[in-house]
Order: sequence, then C-alpha cells, then structure tokens
Amino acid sequence: MSIKVENARKQFGDFVALDDVSLEVRDGSLTALLGPSGSGKSTLLRVIAGLEAPDAGRVLISGEDMTQVPVQNRNVGFCFQHYAAFKHMTVRDNVAFGLQIRKRPKEEIAERVHELLELVQLEGWVDRYPSQLSGGQRQRMALARALAVEPKVLLLDEPFGALDARVRMELRQWLRRLHDEVHVTTIFVTHDQEEAMDVAEQIVVMNEGAVEQAGRPTDLYDHPATEFVMSFVGTANRIGSLLVRPHDVQLAHVPSSTSEEAMIDRIVRLGFEVRVEMTLGDGNPLIAQLTRSQVDELELADGQIVYVLPSRARVFDENGSEPRTEELALA
Amino acid sequence: MAVSATDSGARNIVDGGRAARYGLRTVALGYLGLLLVIPVALIFYKAFEDGFAVAWEAVTTPEAQHAIYLTVLMVVISIPITTVFGIAAALVIVRQRFRGRALLNAAIDMPFAISPVVIGLSLVLLYGSRDGWFGQDLAAAGIEVIFTPVGMALATMFVALPFVVREVIPVLQEIGDDQEQAASTLGAGPWQTFWRITLPSIRWGVTYGVVLATARALGEFGAVAVVSGRISGSTETMPLYLRRLFDTFNVSGAYAAAVVLALLALTVLFAMNFIQRRDRAILAGPSVATEPGAVVPHLDVTDDKENPR
Repeated sequence: MSIKVENARKQFGDFVALDDVSLEVRDGSLTALLGPSGSGKSTLLRVIAGLEAPDAGRVLISGEDMTQVPVQNRNVGFCFQHYAAFKHMTVRDNVAFGLQIRKRPKEEIAERVHELLELVQLEGWVDRYPSQLSGGQRQRMALARALAVEPKVLLLDEPFGALDARVRMELRQWLRRLHDEVHVTTIFVTHDQEEAMDVAEQIVVMNEGAVEQAGRPTDLYDHPATEFVMSFVGTANRIGSLLVRPHDVQLAHVPSSTSEEAMIDRIVRLGFEVRVEMTLGDGNPLIAQLTRSQVDELELADGQIVYVLPSRARVFDENGSEPRTEELALA
Repeated sequence: MAVSATDSGARNIVDGGRAARYGLRTVALGYLGLLLVIPVALIFYKAFEDGFAVAWEAVTTPEAQHAIYLTVLMVVISIPITTVFGIAAALVIVRQRFRGRALLNAAIDMPFAISPVVIGLSLVLLYGSRDGWFGQDLAAAGIEVIFTPVGMALATMFVALPFVVREVIPVLQEIGDDQEQAASTLGAGPWQTFWRITLPSIRWGVTYGVVLATARALGEFGAVAVVSGRISGSTETMPLYLRRLFDTFNVSGAYAAAVVLALLALTVLFAMNFIQRRDRAILAGPSVATEPGAVVPHLDVTDDKENPR
C-alpha cells in the first residue's frame, strides 16, 4: 500500500518536530527516514502510525485518508527501538497477540504463529519469555508480531539502534531479504547513513523537522540537493566554498594555479583503501581517500606539505530562496 | 580471593570487612528480634499458656466471632475499592499531564501524614447524623454512617488509600508505555490494552500494595474507634474487641484475639509470597541478554524518542 503524508505539522511546546512535511512512498517499497537526533523522523513515523496526531496535515494510506483513524484501526505494523516486547508473555503469545485481538480461530493462529516464527528463525523459542532472548532475537520476535496481522504498512523506529554492530549488520541484510519475501511497504527510521544506503530503495533525508531531499541512495550521494544532505549522506570536505568527497581529492607534490596547500597529519591504512588526514592552510581539516598504490607512488608521509586539487566538487549557493547547486568538473 | 599469610595488610582489610559484615548483620537481626520477633512470639506463647482450649473459647464467643466477621467484612469492602481507585490514580499521575496533578499526588499521601484519630473525627464532622455536613441529609434519607459499619468502611478505605497507588506508580514509570503503544498498533483498544498488557505488567506492584493495604485495614484502630462508637457485638472489629478485653483485664482472651489477628495478617502475607514465588519460577530462566530499554527512564513525548549517540 502506498503512503502519502501531506503538509504534516507537529509541535511539542515550543519545539517544532514537523514543519510542513510532505512525503510519498510507493506501494511495496523500502524507504529509510534518515536524519540526526531531533530531525523529526521518529515523529513523522509515529504520525503515520497514528501514535501521534499531527497538528495539521493529512496521512493517506493507499489513497484513504487515515488522519482521524485511531491507531488500533489503522492496521500498521510498528517496531520500536527497544522492541516493546510483552514481557509477561511467551514468544508464541507475543506473536499471536494481534490475531487474538482479532478473534481469529485457534488453529489459524497456531498455524500463522508457526509460519512467522519460521520466517524470523525463532521456531525453537516459542515457549520462551522475552527476557530469555537476546536483543536481536527480541527485535525479530517484534517483527513477527507486527507482521502477524498482515499490516498494510510496516513501520520500524530505529529497529537496530539498540543492538551491537555485528548483530546490526546481520539484521540489516536479513530485513532486506525479508522485504524481498514479504513485499509489504516498509518505512524505517535511522540516523545511520550507512544503514540507510545499505537497506533502503529510497531515502528521505530529514533535518530540523523538514524533508531536505528524497531519492534513491545513489542520487542522494551523487546529486545532493543541499549542503546538509551532502555532508550527512557520505562525508564531505570543505575547501573554501567547495564541498568535496574524500575520494574526489587529488594530491600532488607541485602546486598548480588552483590547488590548495595542506599538511599531512596522519596516514591511516585500512587495507586497500588509505585515508590521508590533512590540515588546510585556513586551518580546516581535510580527508582524502586514496588507494594504496596512489599513496606509495606519491611516497606520502606524515608532516609532508602537499597540494590539493578536487577532481569533482559542489557549490551550494544559498543566496536565492532555493539552494543552487553547481557541479564542477575540474581537470 | 587468595590472600597469602604474610600479606598481613591485605588480611586485615579482609578481616575488617568480615567484622563489618557480621557487625551489620548482628545489628539488623538483633534489632528485628528485639522489636518484632520476640514480642510477637511472646503473644503466641501467652495465648496458649493456659492451654489451647482456653484460647479457643476466648475467640469463639459470639462477640469475638462478630468482631472477626466485621474485620473481614471491612477488608472485603474497602480493599477492592481502594485497589481500583489506586490503579486508576496511579495511571493518571504517571501517564497524564494536567494542572493539579502534583496536588493529587500529594493528597494521596495525606492518610500517611494525618493521625487516624483525626481522620475519624473528620468523618464524624462530615457524616454525623446530628450536625454533620452530609450526615443530616443522609439521616433524613434513612442512611446512618457514623456508628455503623458504613462509616467504619469509609474510615478503613481512607487509611488504606495510599498503599496501592504508591506501589503501582514506580512500576508504571519503569515499564514505560512502549508495550501499550505496541498493543495499540496491533489493534487493541484502550480497554483490551489495560487488561492484557498494563495490568499483567503491574501485577506485582498491585499485589504488594493490596497486601500492605489489607494489613493496614485489618489492624486499623484509631479512625475506626472514633466512627464506630465501639458497640460490642455490633460495631466492634478485632482491634477494638482486643482493646476492650485488655481494658477489662481479660488478658488471656486478649492474647488469643491478638493471635487470630496476627494469623489473618500472616495468611495474607504468605499467600502473596506463594503466588509470587510460583510466578517467578515460571518466568525464571537464564537471561541471555539484559533488556537495554529496561533501565532507560520513561521519556516524555517531547523527547522525539530519538537515541542520541
């Protein structure tokens, strides 16, 4: 089912959590709401779910206006960062909850629970309590519980935020595969750009209660609409008025008419890739991403003075009402 | 911990630690023994000093039986009402933000702060049939409150009021409202969410509050003494009956009645312990991971539920 948010506003006291936000999500897609803390991404998700009522604006799910529909009648699946497992119930009862509320026949519930626990690989854990599961298992249980009622849309609020890095990686890939199998329209909230790039088909970047840009991961990376998007999705260096990706920084030992002087602080060898950390003449830091052979060829060393030339850079001109973007192709 | 014999400095610390530990234990147990265990044990001893038959006779007189009946009746009336009110008040205090919330929170503790005798007197002022504020109208309608079990139940409810609220509030704060929100996204209405999620989650707070309130209701003397008029065989609960026996030098009868009262309270305590233990045994098991969310204090909605890192 498609999701559409029109001009949503939400204020908590003086804090504007959502400032006229509009959003469109295609049926069956997997979308990430990406942004820093306090950008309004969780609030937007909760407004879509009906856990929060917007002060203004509308929420439509598959074309139907849901703004006034209470959360329990919206039929959305929702996963919380801290799982919100029903602690006094077994895994089976947790997953069966939504079906029991809907008064489905016992056999159907048992069958569906079995099916879902298989899907989330928790078949052997039916009679355990949440306190006996690891964080990753609890979140998978919460996903099965949300999917049990065949929701129109699946909403995940920082689903992997409380997990350690390795489990997080696994669950990410697992969510990707799950979405390929189940095909339910999914939106997940994250502050981790790598996670968003890895999992989502579409990324919506939010900042200070507004949508900065929405698009495919590669579009956001290659054609960021604002300075914020450029520095939040991937890393960016500032060289004067230019913003440059670390892999678009070229180093040389001789100056040219347009190059900038920089001193190498540290060379970090991360296998094939080498990160060169430098300080520019104006005191700003600069990071370049080179290959091992490039570094060896240039015979770079700590403390050296090098000349920096961006091969690609962007300028964001915010004089007009809309930020203007220019792409420079430098030799 | 391995401590070598020559390492006297370390051994002194260990010995000092041991001495402190045993010292602390002695103080705690000794205090409890002197103040609690010995007096109560003495009551049991005194009650059965002249034999079981004498004690049995003392608590099976019609007056005694009526007192037991009335005491149990007070508990049966006041505790369910207090419990329902207590859960509702705790939910309001924890989950809602409104003007006067702090006042409500403070008012709940009033029965702790005010002497039970004052509580009794205030009820007489309100409900006294001759010059009470409501009492005259109620009396005209044929409802007598003061000097009847109705007034006694009111007094009992008053003194038992804070226990459930005070036990439930911290539990509600700890569990937060994530589980309730999850239930609502799964299609549960507010009432279903309360019965299936909230109540089971706070059941230990409720149980403990009920036990404390029951103990208080069983033993209440001051407030009930004022409103009851202490009419023997009619408005006399166990504590009042006991006091009368003691005042009329029926010491062995008083001890026997005290034993009955103590047994009633102990039964409630043991019942709770038993249920709790059985429940814990079901829920127990090696915890694979601790819930990271469990220790996170409940956030207000204004926090946007983001995880800063």
